[in-house]
Amino acid sequence: MTAPGGDTPRDPGLQPERTRLAWRRTTLAFAVAALLAGREALLHGVSPAGLLGLSLCALAWLAFTVATQRRIAALGSARPAAMTAGTAAWAVLCVVVLAVAGALLVFLGPR
Amino acid sequence: MAPASPGLTGRPRRARPQAARYCGAVIKHVRAAAGAVALWFAPARVRAEGTTPDYRFSLANERTFLAWLRTALALVGGGFAVDQFLRDLRRPVRVTLAVVLVVGGAMCAVRAVNHWVRSERAMRRGEDLPVSRFPALLAVLVALVAVAMLLTAVLGWAG
Repeated sequence: MTAPGGDTPRDPGLQPERTRLAWRRTTLAFAVAALLAGREALLHGVSPAGLLGLSLCALAWLAFTVATQRRIAALGSARPAAMTAGTAAWAVLCVVVLAVAGALLVFLGPR
Repeated sequence: MAPASPGLTGRPRRARPQAARYCGAVIKHVRAAAGAVALWFAPARVRAEGTTPDYRFSLANERTFLAWLRTALALVGGGFAVDQFLRDLRRPVRVTLAVVLVVGGAMCAVRAVNHWVRSERAMRRGEDLPVSRFPALLAVLVALVAVAMLLTAVLGWAG
């Protein structure tokens, strides 16, 4: 983790690296949840409501992945700045959109 | 009898301030929550306070936030799994369990950002980290869902 300029020593705890991997894990967890939501939408045939829910879930996953990529890029320095509240709120918004779209899909599902 | 009467007359007199204190605590709590929500969208205000902590502490706080987000995603995904893979359950039971899990996940996510902001602010001010009863509430919710699943499974086999 030595900066290219090289006067800051690397962090012996590899904190930026661990944080990067935590973002990756979270994106993977999001992908699994989004896939289950997509399965929910298509399980009993294609319907307009199902397609709308499906695209909302896909959009939420895409938005979360964009936030992850940006944060991972920012974590590349030796002494990364703290995450901004905007990034945190954005990530949480993506999860809430997935949850709301999924709950609607569960409600609207066939008997 | 004499010592009892001051207690009897004292109780209603004490009751009103207690209720007032309770209302005050609720108002304070709501105000604190509103202030915290305002903070999510005003990162500059978080940064204006106190001193910047060691970046490693901020990164640890960030990882804790992400761990809570994964917990939220696991609850949401678990809700979808209940609806899709427990097709033998009657629909009201299945949908109730699924919606409880999904809504619990959404609450977990919202709480994650709130707790992250409060911890970040406490670290900047050099205060103690905020305490929270949320983990206990989540544990109770998960335990209740587990018992409900067990009951439906046992009753399903019996019926």
